[in-house]
Amino acid sequence: MAKTSTRDRMSNEINAGSMADIAFLLLIFFLVTTTIVEDKGITVKLPPWSEEEPDITKLKKRNVFSVLVNAQDQLLVRGEPARIEELRGRAKEFISNPSKLENLAEKPTKAIISLKNDRGTSYDAYLTVYNELKAAYSELWDELSQRRYGVPYSEDMPFAYKKAIREEIPFVLSEAEPTAFGEE
Amino acid sequence: MAKFSKKRGKSKPEVSTASLPDIIFMLLFFFMVVTVLRDAELMVKVSTPYASELTKLEEKSLVNYLYIGRPTQKYESTYGTKPRLQLGDKFATISDIPLFLEKHKIKVPEARHGQITSSLRVDGEVTMGIVTDVKTQLRKSGQLKVNYSAKKDPNAKQ
Repeated sequence: MAKTSTRDRMSNEINAGSMADIAFLLLIFFLVTTTIVEDKGITVKLPPWSEEEPDITKLKKRNVFSVLVNAQDQLLVRGEPARIEELRGRAKEFISNPSKLENLAEKPTKAIISLKNDRGTSYDAYLTVYNELKAAYSELWDELSQRRYGVPYSEDMPFAYKKAIREEIPFVLSEAEPTAFGEE
Repeated sequence: MAKFSKKRGKSKPEVSTASLPDIIFMLLFFFMVVTVLRDAELMVKVSTPYASELTKLEEKSLVNYLYIGRPTQKYESTYGTKPRLQLGDKFATISDIPLFLEKHKIKVPEARHGQITSSLRVDGEVTMGIVTDVKTQLRKSGQLKVNYSAKKDPNAKQ
């Protein structure tokens, strides 16, 4: 009598031991196929393509901040050699022109950054320069936002704020067709 | 008394494994959620440069990837060591880009065509020549939203 009661109790369970094996199999499959990639980068809006030659608009020399990168990854900023470390600071000074100098931009809305590289420039150098120029703008946006609204500039701040800031200091970066002196 | 001791002897003390599937399933669901099925084998070496002004690509289904770099060792003998473009899972030329973009476009609902981003995953030491050609072709095809893939600098000051 005692024996049967034990037996009854045991047969009531479904053996779930193999469930773990099945789950393991699936787990290993997903482990192998998983790539946790960091999908980050510098987002750029390219200008639309047009067959016509761009009409040359005369710009005041003081409003143009020209950056040239040659095939040896050397920089020429407004006609003189420069180092990459000083690019951000100089770009910021040019755009905001805090001491109202004669040779810097009249106002941020008129400032134009012109970037030109060679076909032999390394992508690394190009992206570093682009990053520095973008950083100069985002630092200026940040400063303006702090001054006006007391919050740092970020992508998820109110749209009206963002728009006002972007209108005050628009991001204008024009890229010229690269030269072909140092093609590999 | 006899009954009691007998019963105890029969059922051996086992560690219950009933909760093991639950634990495994939890792990399984985690990996299922974070998984992005690898769509292409990389045939070119791509080590993206460092940058600080990064934006995150939100929706994977709206992104198409263009890889530029030197062929990996396996393909060096057939394709040489010059930087090449890889679209999907094969080597391609610049003129293949429009078709590649179209193929991706038909998978995306029409209302969202404007949000498609091209992610350029370019090796740092590649020269700008091929990158410029790709950019020009993208502009000609009307694909203007581009993301230069980059890594966050681990030793950045801030």
